Amino acid sequence: MQIARVIGTVVSTVKNESLHGRKFLLVQTLNADLKAKGSPMIALDSVGAGVGELVFWCRGKEASFPFKRDQTPTDCTIVGIIDSDSHVFNPSN
Amino acid sequence: MIIGRILGTVVSTQKDERLLGKKLLIVKPINLDGTDQSGYVVAVDTVGAGYHERVIVVGGSSARMAEGNKDCPVDSAIIGVIDSFEFIS
Repeated sequence: MQIARVIGTVVSTVKNESLHGRKFLLVQTLNADLKAKGSPMIALDSVGAGVGELVFWCRGKEASFPFKRDQTPTDCTIVGIIDSDSHVFNPSN
Repeated sequence: MIIGRILGTVVSTQKDERLLGKKLLIVKPINLDGTDQSGYVVAVDTVGAGYHERVIVVGGSSARMAEGNKDCPVDSAIIGVIDSFEFIS
């Protein structure tokens, strides 16, 4: 899992059956110093995250576990919201 | 998942039998400002996406979880057609 910032939303009505009622969010992955890293991607929301919030996502096959396992085609799911930016304790900086 | 736009289609008659009846589309990943990224994928279309439409593409073993892809040799699937997206830069 890695830390990311929710930077936007994606609306898709024509989509896979098991994704109905799910929210697609645009996330920008951050490094441990909360600086942007890599390009933004789409994540499925499983915890009610909103734009601007600091979250962490889970990738790969396990991304479908918060939903109907092995039937929800997601390779990136937000599985936690970080309380605030200051709740990332990084003694190196 | 990534945002992509449909570049074209792939027609293949000689293929793994579990891919029979599946539409194979060429998808180009794009940035949020619409410019193209490098690379492309051949993705199985599970939602009926058309030319120049922007789509959501899932990769890896999660692509097999899309409808009809169970036990198929697929590592990339189109799971949604994008109506719109907004973002804060």
